[in-house]
Amino acid sequence: MTVREIAGTEIDFDEEGFMADPNDWNKEIAQSLAGDIGIEPLTDRHWEVIEFCRSDFTAKGEAPGLRRISVQAGVPTKELYKLFPKGPAKKVAYVSGLGKPTGCI
Amino acid sequence: MFEESNRKLFIICSKGTLDMAYPGLILANAALMEGIEANIFFTFWGLDIVTEKKIDKLKCTPLGNPSMVMPNGMGIPNIVGMLPGMTDVSTSMMRREMAKNDFPPVREFLQLVADSGAKLYACQMTYDMWNLKEEDLFEEVDSVVGAMEFLEMAEDAQVLFI
Repeated sequence: MTVREIAGTEIDFDEEGFMADPNDWNKEIAQSLAGDIGIEPLTDRHWEVIEFCRSDFTAKGEAPGLRRISVQAGVPTKELYKLFPKGPAKKVAYVSGLGKPTGCI
Repeated sequence: MFEESNRKLFIICSKGTLDMAYPGLILANAALMEGIEANIFFTFWGLDIVTEKKIDKLKCTPLGNPSMVMPNGMGIPNIVGMLPGMTDVSTSMMRREMAKNDFPPVREFLQLVADSGAKLYACQMTYDMWNLKEEDLFEEVDSVVGAMEFLEMAEDAQVLFI
């Protein structure tokens, strides 16, 4: 567990480098995390994906995999890979304040 | 935070049964989701996975495959497995389990990995042996290549034979 200061707040991160508590998240934190990994600016489309992931996590108790995002949020796979290039599964989870993804699809 | 990976994975799919089509596709997809470049080479029975006439009709049989048991755990004797219709029964059961777990069908999975950036290659030798034409292959197949060209492409990749 490490603590980092993000957007003026102390946030806990787990050993994998993801936010330890999804409830610590807010939009400014998301912006800062996205900046960490070179995704800026966050466009409306990025936010659609992020907001879907967070609400799906709240509803289902686990972060959605890429396929679920593309099917349910209506963001095609190709677009997901453009919005969060090379390794979207981890990047989306990181920016959304969720834990490391575990699904295979 | 996430370093760009130089890892490359090149998967050889050599089996054409429904159950054996998935490991290659799942691994390729997982690699791509992690930021690892992944490509697939379909050879021999694996070419069925990307052949239009076969993609939606891959089957699996319990015959000679003692790993495949009934959902309650009961084994399926070979003498039962060889009865006409049993292959279709076990294939349907497999498909149902996959649908229950929200696994995409093979065609959709191929599209998913192609959309995620995987290149799909067909084996020249198999392609010739079965007198296939370009239009017989799934549209996302990049090209038909021989073993030597495959090896050149896979030079700096981890190669996985399935």
